[in-house]
Amino acid sequence: MAVRNSNKYDRQLRIWGDQGQLALEQANVCLLNCGPTGAEALKNLVLGGIGSCTIVDDSKVETRDLGNNFFVDWESIGLPKAKTVCAFLQELNDTVEAKFVEESPEALLNSNPEFFFQFTLIIATQMKEQSLLALDSICRKRNVMLLIARSYGLTGLIRICVKEHCVIESKPDNAINDLRLQKPWAELKRFADELDAEIDDPVIHKHIPFAVLLIKATEDWRKTHAGSLPYTSKEKAEFKVSLASKKHGEDEDNYKEAISSAYRVWSPPTIGSELQRVLDDSAVEVNSSSPDFWVMVAALKEFISNEGEGDAPLDGTIPDMTSTTEYYVTLQKIYQEKAELHVTALEARVKNILKRIGRDPQSITKSAIKLFCKNARNIRVLRYPPLEDEFNSIIGHELQKLLEVEENSNATFYVLLRGVDHFASSYNRYPGVFDDELEEDAMKLKTLSTTLLNKMIGGGVGGAVLSDDLVSEMCRFGASEIHTVASIIGGIASQEAIKLLTRQFTPLPGVLIYNGIDSTTSVLQLKSFA
Amino acid sequence: MDMQGRWEDIDHLLLRQGTLVGPEFEPCAELRESLHNDLRVLVIGAGGLGCELLKDLALSGFGNIDVIDMDTIDVSNLNRQFLFRMHDVGKPKAVVAAEKVMQRVKGVKVVPHYGRIEEKDDEFYRQFQIIALGLDSLEARSYINSVVCSFLEYEADGSPALPTIIPMVDGGTEGFKGHARVIIPGVTPCFYCTLGLFPPQVTYPLCTLAETPRSPAHCIEYVHLIQWGQERPGDSFDADNPEHMKWIFDKAFKRAEQFKIAGVTYSLTQGVVKNIIPAIASTNAIISAACALETLKIATMCCRSMDNYMMYMGTQGVYTHTLSHEKDPNCLVCSPGVPFEVDSSISLQKFIELLLEDPQFKDKLSKPSISYQKRNLYMQAPPVLEEMTRPHLNSPLFELMEKAGGTLNVNDKKLTGILRVNVSFRGHNDTVMDMDTAGGG
Repeated sequence: MAVRNSNKYDRQLRIWGDQGQLALEQANVCLLNCGPTGAEALKNLVLGGIGSCTIVDDSKVETRDLGNNFFVDWESIGLPKAKTVCAFLQELNDTVEAKFVEESPEALLNSNPEFFFQFTLIIATQMKEQSLLALDSICRKRNVMLLIARSYGLTGLIRICVKEHCVIESKPDNAINDLRLQKPWAELKRFADELDAEIDDPVIHKHIPFAVLLIKATEDWRKTHAGSLPYTSKEKAEFKVSLASKKHGEDEDNYKEAISSAYRVWSPPTIGSELQRVLDDSAVEVNSSSPDFWVMVAALKEFISNEGEGDAPLDGTIPDMTSTTEYYVTLQKIYQEKAELHVTALEARVKNILKRIGRDPQSITKSAIKLFCKNARNIRVLRYPPLEDEFNSIIGHELQKLLEVEENSNATFYVLLRGVDHFASSYNRYPGVFDDELEEDAMKLKTLSTTLLNKMIGGGVGGAVLSDDLVSEMCRFGASEIHTVASIIGGIASQEAIKLLTRQFTPLPGVLIYNGIDSTTSVLQLKSFA
Repeated sequence: MDMQGRWEDIDHLLLRQGTLVGPEFEPCAELRESLHNDLRVLVIGAGGLGCELLKDLALSGFGNIDVIDMDTIDVSNLNRQFLFRMHDVGKPKAVVAAEKVMQRVKGVKVVPHYGRIEEKDDEFYRQFQIIALGLDSLEARSYINSVVCSFLEYEADGSPALPTIIPMVDGGTEGFKGHARVIIPGVTPCFYCTLGLFPPQVTYPLCTLAETPRSPAHCIEYVHLIQWGQERPGDSFDADNPEHMKWIFDKAFKRAEQFKIAGVTYSLTQGVVKNIIPAIASTNAIISAACALETLKIATMCCRSMDNYMMYMGTQGVYTHTLSHEKDPNCLVCSPGVPFEVDSSISLQKFIELLLEDPQFKDKLSKPSISYQKRNLYMQAPPVLEEMTRPHLNSPLFELMEKAGGTLNVNDKKLTGILRVNVSFRGHNDTVMDMDTAGGG
């Protein structure tokens, strides 16, 4: 499938590839409220080439918008903000279909909740808790992904609301190739045996790949250590010394690589805790309505306890290593062929399962299975509890932990960001919007937020926990939307949107709190988080 | 140009006292006016970060911004450099970016400079109160860092002289990751203090490329670095010439086939040859805005500064780490003086020889000129000054420095800025500067 505009998108195609780009081009994104936070979030997605977007906002452009929003201008004062922002965003990328609805998100939620069903992803910005609760329950019903972003003075908050998000290509930063040096299969062992590490020819000696050196060294070690691997740090050091003793000269890079890669022998990639949790998930008991992802996980689970002998499929790639071209290419082929066999085995299991649950055995393609195998070790499942649960205190434990470890903590900002919404429902305005009521508002906000915090963590907290400095800063901020903060929050929201839409990388596993005073962030994990 | 209420959001910070503000913060309307009328900021780079920085600074109330960039707009910029359109391709980035921002944000003045940063002299850089960097290379960062740190002067007590400090904010991104940092020369670490934060560049040994290629990149680099020169001698390679790139790709493809290596594509060829760093709009937005916010803090003190380095990683959830890096007290670029102990008997001539032999200086100097407290001890050029100062060469340095240790300023063609050397004489401990207090802050 050819992606349009491959020159224009070159720098991002190098990150998420044609498949990722295609997912973006098929996405229909809705933005609720187009102040700077929303406009900046959508700007980044329009530039990236999403398929279409719809802006929902009923306000008119005011003078104040000219001080913080780049997508309005002097001439647009008095015009609908949604229309203005939409037109300026459209200029950024004519392949995106940009639309707007001049209505308030709250009104739409009441009058026409079905409106939201058409979207792939909704980005809700600067909205209060009550409306977000309603929106979350609508989105959950129809599996529309929801991303919530809020900028407030020098702070901000982002959360994801999605029932279940499965990721095959999580693309971890420091993935370690699975080389099976401590248990080579027959072909790999034969290749290692055929190479003579004691050879006199200096050119060959320094071009034997480190993988082979380690396979041989491991075999030798086992012979003298009752079949076990180096275990104590002393043994590990000995193992390295014995490798080093086989060097013919100081310039042999292959030996240097073998020594620095020796850890691969005693700590090979295993089935990590995150993968284990996915394998243990009840969704592995698949039925006819199970998504393809879970069918493949079910097959993976079978594979691991059968032909995988306790391991996930090989990814089939090897790191670069000092070697002759011939040795390297042969080694590469040995790993690729084994990985191919694993794909075939997993494919057979997928087909069986599909047949068992009454689906077409061909309905999951070989290329999908291949991609799954290649990434099997790093698949991820994220489940976000309903917003109602977060608001009804499931966050308490994590919150308390964070309050204890951090001084002037970002957890306080979490409480205060929710506190200002409660303030607004009580007093019909945000704290600190009037200069002459700052001190009074600070007291009120503190009382309200302390009550709220007690509700969240089950009581027992006095006013001292919420720092007066932060409470008074929060009042100083009023409900201001500072452009740079909006740009940061909008930017993070668009990164998360891209991860959700492309199903690549891992989205936020909780609520992100941004603190612009110290330029820090914290993530509050949700308790029922899978 | 400002209608009532336009800056209401930012006014919450500028007109109200806060509890976590910078030193000597005085909230008042004049603060916003001086931000708009008096303060001058330089943005270096009008690319992915630069476009965002210009927008962010203009909407933070900065009224006088200069921007410098030597590049013209390319199609591959359009996925993130949001000030540019398809019909702008080929035009200078700085010029188009300045125009667009002035058009949208009424009242801001953006002066473009289409050219190289090395073409501007010290006087140019001295005009600005803050410099924001949106660069993608270590070389350019090092250059600006040296220039700005060379403006720095130290008081007798070893503290940096405030009027000589030009703060810098710096951002960088790669894919979903990035960093933002604040550099206050003399107070927080400069680039050179923390050079190790930058990952080393990938290079391949020539013998691997020539004899034992294993990856598609090896094949591409062989054609790029070796085969081109052999088969097209005299024809200088231009990575922006599509015919040149196609040639490299074709030859690399053939070479890979020969060695049975799979995976040479045109896109990879471009990536390897141009050393392309993947880039997306959202990360640039995050990092630039973090830099612009710090710029506003430095300019107004409306909030305490970030201390002093934030890294951002967005691939696995969102993870940021904000940490206080430490200055290298003996930094060649920003310290009050690199310690250097000599015998009190040596001549200036001998001193210069010792400098040129010293492992920490020898790569950086060729023909050093030396001055002490604004007095020229020895100047290599112009000839008339050289002749005037030549007699000092045979004088004992101890006498020239008034029988006390102290800081000598070393100038050299090879240096971008100046090198401060803190000389002490063996057996004479009465140095002017106490190094323990010099690195504070």
